[in-house]
Amino acid sequence: MANDDIWILGINMTKFGKHPNEDVVDLASEATLAALADAGVTMADMGILAAGNLMGAAAGIGQQLQKQVGQTGIPVFNVANACATGATAIRTVIMAIKAGECDMGLAVGVEKLSGAGMLGAGMGPAASDEWTPSGRLGAVSGLEGKLGTDMMPGVFAQVGMEYGHKYGGTSFELFARISAKNHSNSTLNPLAAIQKDMTFEQIMAEPMIAYPNTRAMCSANSDGAAAAVLVSGEKLRTLSKEQQRRAVKVSASVLTSDPYEEGCQILPNVNTLTRNAARQAYELAGIGPEDLDLVELHDCFATAELVHYDNLMLCPEGGAVDFFESGAPFRTGSTPVNVSGGLESKGHPIAATGIANIWEICHHLRGEAGPRQIEGAKVGLAHVIGLGSACGVHILEKSGL
Amino acid sequence: MADQIPLVDYLVLGDSPHLVANECTNCGARYFDRRNACASCSGLTFTKADIVTDGEVRAFTIVTPWVPGAAPYVPAVVDCGGTSVRANIVNTEPDAEHVTLGMKVRLTTFPIGTDTAGTEAINYGFEPAN
Ligand SMILES: [Zn+2]
Repeated sequence: MANDDIWILGINMTKFGKHPNEDVVDLASEATLAALADAGVTMADMGILAAGNLMGAAAGIGQQLQKQVGQTGIPVFNVANACATGATAIRTVIMAIKAGECDMGLAVGVEKLSGAGMLGAGMGPAASDEWTPSGRLGAVSGLEGKLGTDMMPGVFAQVGMEYGHKYGGTSFELFARISAKNHSNSTLNPLAAIQKDMTFEQIMAEPMIAYPNTRAMCSANSDGAAAAVLVSGEKLRTLSKEQQRRAVKVSASVLTSDPYEEGCQILPNVNTLTRNAARQAYELAGIGPEDLDLVELHDCFATAELVHYDNLMLCPEGGAVDFFESGAPFRTGSTPVNVSGGLESKGHPIAATGIANIWEICHHLRGEAGPRQIEGAKVGLAHVIGLGSACGVHILEKSGL
Repeated sequence: MADQIPLVDYLVLGDSPHLVANECTNCGARYFDRRNACASCSGLTFTKADIVTDGEVRAFTIVTPWVPGAAPYVPAVVDCGGTSVRANIVNTEPDAEHVTLGMKVRLTTFPIGTDTAGTEAINYGFEPAN
């Protein structure tokens, strides 16, 4: 292990779902203490803490967490980057270790969302007796439902439909079958918020949220937390053989934002920044998409999963439908995608998601995934995207020890 | 006729209603919001550009409102001569038989309400061209 390599020493995710009796600090503490125990280290070993809780971004979850698990005086970075908040926390810790500021650090993401309903509604200006233009569009009224939608299900529905317009081959049923794959996978994941096998017919019969996404094709709002301990290669060499054996190498850690393209301020372009992140990650890791044993990608909606097959270059450009139809992204396929059940069934506690998907990959690379283990997994990719937009891609490799 | 005000300031009312964009004089990027600078080239100067009123549906969805009994609406991205425009598809049934990808549409305007001063707010949408 080279001195400047970065490794995940310990990682944990809580059960996703409803946690009515625990607050965000409880959940963050649970994931943190478990990640530290998994790593065989303590808060006293941490040189930096990066933490995110998107819905409470102003409250300083990092320091709130320290008040419960260890006020060691280390620098805290409270991060917020939409659904990429967890990946941003990890990226922040990695940058600190790479910069030589410390040799070990902790990244945490936590959210309480159950019962939150649809996210992203732009309610616009308050009603007034007289039409009064306000905001950057000089709008005299809220625009949701009048000029398109800012609600996530409708935005990501259009993302999938746009792909269908460009390349053809999509249909309501296709998106439902993608969702059925993930719901089937969730039956093997005891930490998933929803563990219910559903046929594509059942999924199509669910209430329509934003065509072609029915309720079962939308990520499940849930509570949960995830935490990871990261360490430099130099420090890892001083730790025990067992710690070295279970450590997972971070072969690439990339964060991008969306570059300008025509139309990107009309409908968010989630494609180019993902493609850019993937390209950089493959180059950094010296690994190609064909080398991946499993992928956890950001299926916030079934329509999103399809476009990311293409964006992550798991298939030739324009070939996402064929890729799915070939069976490649199924558990038994050549590139299993979202064997955790994905956000549609595992759940999507926003700031936790970008660490939880890395946990899933680590679980398989360590050979600890139980009944859902992808046999012999050596390399995996975790992808997350936050609208606005931010994209995180991490490529992870099994320890050679 | 009552006074009218557009829902958004980039909608121009009158005899031939149309949309107008802020176009970067350096790179030609078009925006509908108030600008500080250009997101494409960081240019600082803009000119007004009229947007053609016919287009093609590049993406759409059909949103089921949370309010019980409210009608579904059809947010879409319409390609108007190379400029992407955001709007609802209107004047057709809100279902995937009547709204299709690649469908030809044209701009239309309609009132959405009147305030206490008697001013009518006007919105725009796109309706099937055929
Ligand atoms: Zn420009």
